[in-house]
Amino acid sequence: MSFETKKNITVYKPAVKTEEMILNMGPQHPSTHGVLRLELQLEGEIITKVIPHIGYLHRCFEKHAEAMTYPQVIPYTDRMDYLASMGNEFGYAVAVEKLLNIQVPERVEYIRVIMAELQRIASHLVALGTYGADIGAMTPFLFCFRDREKILSLFEMTCGARLLYNYIWVGGLSHDLHPDFVRQTRDFVTYFKPKIKELNDLLTYNKIFIDRTSNVGILPLDTAINFGISGPMLRGSGLKWDLRKDDPYSVYHKFDFDIPVGEGKVGTVGDCWDRYYVRVLEMGESLKIIEQALDQLPEGDVSSAIPKRIKPPVGQVYTRVENPRGELGYFIISDGSVNPFRVKVRAPSFVNLGVMDVLCRGHMVADIIAILGSVDIVLGEVDR
Amino acid sequence: MMYDFFVDLLGNEILAAIVTGVPPLVFILVFVLFAVWLERKVSAHMQDRLGPMRTGWHGYLQTIADLIKLIQKEDISASANDKPLFNLAPVLVFAGTYAAFAAIPFSSYYIGSNLDLGIFFIIGISGLVVAGILMAGWSSNNKYSMLGAMRSAAQIISYEIPTIIVVLTVVMITRTLNLHTLSEMQTGYFWNWMIFGGPTAGLEKFLLIPLMFIGFLIIYTSMLAEVNRTPFDIPEAESELVSGYHTEYSGMKFAMFFLAEYANMFAVSAIVSALFLGGYQSPIGYLGNLFDAPWLIPVEQFFWFTAKGTFFVFVQMWLRWTLPRLRVDQLMALCWKYLIPIAFINLIIVGLITVL
Amino acid sequence: MKTAEEFFNILKQKFGDSIIELKSGVPLESFIIIDPLKIDEVCLFLRDDSELKFDNCMNLSGVDDANGKKEAQADGSSTIVGGTISVIYHLESVYLKHKVTLKVSAPRENPQVKSVAAIWRSADWHEREAYDLFGINFINHPDLRRILMPYDWEAGYPLRKDYKNPEFYQGMKVPY
Repeated sequence: MSFETKKNITVYKPAVKTEEMILNMGPQHPSTHGVLRLELQLEGEIITKVIPHIGYLHRCFEKHAEAMTYPQVIPYTDRMDYLASMGNEFGYAVAVEKLLNIQVPERVEYIRVIMAELQRIASHLVALGTYGADIGAMTPFLFCFRDREKILSLFEMTCGARLLYNYIWVGGLSHDLHPDFVRQTRDFVTYFKPKIKELNDLLTYNKIFIDRTSNVGILPLDTAINFGISGPMLRGSGLKWDLRKDDPYSVYHKFDFDIPVGEGKVGTVGDCWDRYYVRVLEMGESLKIIEQALDQLPEGDVSSAIPKRIKPPVGQVYTRVENPRGELGYFIISDGSVNPFRVKVRAPSFVNLGVMDVLCRGHMVADIIAILGSVDIVLGEVDR
Repeated sequence: MMYDFFVDLLGNEILAAIVTGVPPLVFILVFVLFAVWLERKVSAHMQDRLGPMRTGWHGYLQTIADLIKLIQKEDISASANDKPLFNLAPVLVFAGTYAAFAAIPFSSYYIGSNLDLGIFFIIGISGLVVAGILMAGWSSNNKYSMLGAMRSAAQIISYEIPTIIVVLTVVMITRTLNLHTLSEMQTGYFWNWMIFGGPTAGLEKFLLIPLMFIGFLIIYTSMLAEVNRTPFDIPEAESELVSGYHTEYSGMKFAMFFLAEYANMFAVSAIVSALFLGGYQSPIGYLGNLFDAPWLIPVEQFFWFTAKGTFFVFVQMWLRWTLPRLRVDQLMALCWKYLIPIAFINLIIVGLITVL
Repeated sequence: MKTAEEFFNILKQKFGDSIIELKSGVPLESFIIIDPLKIDEVCLFLRDDSELKFDNCMNLSGVDDANGKKEAQADGSSTIVGGTISVIYHLESVYLKHKVTLKVSAPRENPQVKSVAAIWRSADWHEREAYDLFGINFINHPDLRRILMPYDWEAGYPLRKDYKNPEFYQGMKVPY
């Protein structure tokens, strides 16, 4: 299906021509999740056009990467999507290991999967909590952060850092697991399962929340694919597409988990409630993966495969991993030296943000908050 | 009552009027001190944390600390603001709320002024608040504030209608607008409260109970909207409009808005409890009667009245921290499409029951 | 699941000279080099053909090939003269589950590439980023402006290999 790319698509034509107002949801705003400027063209309360302005957090990651050696890039990848750092490092490590064509020990793979799934739960907790806070329900925000604290203390036990880890290195990990890690993670899994139910009771099925988010920001499936949307946004529109199953990397093929898809349970398929609900269900699936990985965790040495000097052959590679926000892609070109020639990061939030204009046409100002929260962007990733 | 008392005491009507105005002000200030602390503790415990703990025992001096902070802040006023309106707006908002306290029956002995049209006066004078809010939004010279003020004005005006319809329902049974008489009619134990049918007897009373309950729910919801509390707090929605119509205020003026909001919360809870839950009447009889000390009764009534008001303020806070926010059009739809028709039907049925 | 050779053959049959060559054997992906001014027709065919159906443009990145001649400047730095700047497209098909990589190269002095933003809307912002950081001009792009750098950045295109930071930007000293 093709659709128009003319610049002035109007969906809503009011009977009385009121004066058009330009409202700026400026870079500093409590609910734009970072420094994002949204220029809204309004007719009364209805939106005719949304122009996002980004670049306020541009830190020249790609230029830095060309000046450093391959292992030195890893702390920089952390800081792009700072709420899902393990995922960023994972993607970069997988890409460089593919270039070098090295095989990492099994234990390393399993630990990486456990960390990535714990990180997925933590990132979704932030997304859901802040989404509730934007809509007005302040209490689930604190409940989500209380549960996230437990995950962050697990990370702190492993590598010493709560938010930006520098843990997953090319070829292995920086530290092995703490001896008490497995027991505490199992405790966390048992603790967290009823908390998802608590969140559902409090927020997900709340009538006011459903009124605010269902039938708002409906994203049809073919629009989503054409815009390159990925992650929970794409799954919320009805497509069962998850890189962990459709383009598997690491040891994900050894686990048994389900892919939640938006079905329009309380509205239409692809509205904000669907995307929100997909994230809630994904947290449950991640718990399953963590349990299975803990059961199957082999012994081994985590730093045996880390090369002393990384000098890949001339070539290029594009790998992608499933980050909590979508498909994170690393395109690395190597010219045979110790510095990468070009590292391009295909950030999921950058691509997902491009669809804001189409999603917001014809809605009201209050809905922008709901839609922006359901897109779930992190400005560090959008601007890099 | 108080007014007559002071006129006798002082001989001068004007002086008596001024002195009569002081106790409600003192009550408001003390109550706000308590209410702000209560809100922070309630929200904290509902969110699995502790709230203020360091300023005094469990933080009870927190409000005083906040007050000192607000008083010593710089009074920022942008150059493009409409100065007279900007300075007048918080005063009007507070005045509207404060004036409503004149007719609220705190106990059988103390009412600021025993108006024959008590409830009508209260609803009317609350309209000053709308004027103050609109002034605040307009003179701030800020698109966000203006949006917030207009939304707030639309919300308050729309929700006055279900309020008035339910008040009419109660008045049809009691046949008086005077709040003192209304409270007196609800003597006896709690069975005589309006929500349980009032001082009627027999079949009428049982028929009235469900209708009165519905009326109570409608008026409580409308009152939530009148004071701009969640789920109707769009004018102050932090994540959308960054504090709405009081974005541009700082220091003492902001403190006035704050004060007015909590005073309004209590006034509204007081009205609801006066209309439906027996005002200052106790549900279980008086200790004064038990100990044969008739001077104790007004004191007890004051205690019961404050307790009921505070309970409803607590319920307002409870709702604020549990529910998300309604969107503007959903709010209007709720009022015009749901509350008003139900309130009307309620009114008609109660009218029929009372007549027949 | 088709391979790069099969895609190359299909495209070569349809478009002839616009398809320049297939570079394979380089780790890790083989890519097809295409003429920069014909890329939009090729991509339209790739998207709409029923056997290919590349409905998702995963990634679109600019690359400074730095294959020109390095000339030393007066102040010790060097600029690159000649050579090419390339754009690399990674496409995939969600339903048929295959992927392909395309590459176009344009001369460094005035890189002009046809825009594919009308074909895949995800390319819209990626092309703006390539314009912003490399200076590649995308013909027929609906809204080509800088996206990550400030809108009035005069001092060039940051990700080029011979980029130098300016001294001042709007009165503020840049390297500090």
